[in-house]
Amino acid sequence: MGRERVERIVVSFASTFDAMEAERLCQEAQVPGRIIPLPVEIDSECGLAWAMPPEDGVLASFNAAVEGHLVPEGIHRIML
Amino acid sequence: MIYLNNAATTIQKPPAVADAVVAAMSGAGSCSRGASPDDLAAARSVAGARVKLARLIGFRHPERVIFAHNATVALNTAIFGLLRPGDHVITTDFEHNSVLRPLHELERRGIIELDYVPADRAGRLCMEALEGLFQPNTRAVVATHASNLTGAITDAATIARAAHAHGARFILDASQTLGALPVDMAALGADIICFTGHKALMGPQGTGGLAVAPDLELTPLVHGGTGVKSADPFQPSSYPEHLEAGTMNAHGLAGLDAALEFLLALGIDRVEAHERALRERFVEGVAAIPSITVYGVDDGHDHTGVVALNMAGIDSSSLADRLACEFDIATRAGLHCAPRMHAALGTLETGAVRFSFGWYTDAADVDVAIAALTRIADELAGGSGAYGA
Repeated sequence: MGRERVERIVVSFASTFDAMEAERLCQEAQVPGRIIPLPVEIDSECGLAWAMPPEDGVLASFNAAVEGHLVPEGIHRIML
Repeated sequence: MIYLNNAATTIQKPPAVADAVVAAMSGAGSCSRGASPDDLAAARSVAGARVKLARLIGFRHPERVIFAHNATVALNTAIFGLLRPGDHVITTDFEHNSVLRPLHELERRGIIELDYVPADRAGRLCMEALEGLFQPNTRAVVATHASNLTGAITDAATIARAAHAHGARFILDASQTLGALPVDMAALGADIICFTGHKALMGPQGTGGLAVAPDLELTPLVHGGTGVKSADPFQPSSYPEHLEAGTMNAHGLAGLDAALEFLLALGIDRVEAHERALRERFVEGVAAIPSITVYGVDDGHDHTGVVALNMAGIDSSSLADRLACEFDIATRAGLHCAPRMHAALGTLETGAVRFSFGWYTDAADVDVAIAALTRIADELAGGSGAYGA
């Protein structure tokens, strides 16, 4: 029996450094989420992504946390 | 051992550096090659080092802090990545072979033309010659922030202004200064700063890198795996991966991260003042030994904690050997990978003995070195005690 898939907001980045910076900034701003391998639904290439719960306000909190520090490559809503 | 070879490497580091390396060797996975807790620990450490390094040089683009194995690889990345066929380059007589040899290689291949800002017999960089060296195709000026032989600090901001006025880029080799002097990338006008992690930054060997201005693109020197954009047949255009291929030295960079944390808390101003005081104490002490010639004392430059000298009656390698074997003092003899500077000083045939101080050198170490030189000089003078031995 596999893990039940749930919807997540997943942010992809141009570089690993941006992913790690996003993690640091989100932790400082208490934005919920964690680093995950870049899902194949976004791209089959390697890399890291930031996954967040899809609740109201989380994406806005994320954007506020990273603004002026980095520009995400993409923001997706996918089932993980 | 009293280690006065800090211009080559610092042997004493903040204790947190070794602790961080040991912890990383058992707890850090592969940076950017996986999302497990261990792999992310490595990625966080490397990212932390980038952020701290950027903060140290007042640079707002930590993603453009590129890590390399040492300053030599960083300088090769900058030089080979920037220069194109037909370019003209200006460098100086102060340079280390890590600048000179890549430029000589490009010159030998017929790719660039090369000119030098000369140094004079006193060890002064003849800045008045700089303006006349520019050509319409001058692409870059490559200069050290301080001579690794005499410690003379160059006027990097003036060199940068001249380069920019002629549409050229300025590559600063901060191998001798980052961690020892305040280095502000914008204030100095550097388009690229190359650095090493194991000298005044007091990190592990095998660490170094370069900071690349956001309006500057370099062709990668090394091509390979990056952990991102794996389907792309070429290096990704995003930084830092554009200039970083292959597994990162996460163990070493964990140590550099700890060293940077130590220095940022300490304040580079304190390091600069400490090393300047040691140099002045040493120069004043050896001035009482008439058989010693110190190079660069009257060159008009400010100096890092580096002093080069020779003693009449003994060659430089023998003097360094006696200091090591009889007095347990580490120095460095020879040409210090700076052949043009030695040529300018007239020491290409003799070499010199370099004493270089660091944060963990203290005044007692300097006094022991002065006493040792006094003893050797007295012996060579016939044991008269004339020099106070």
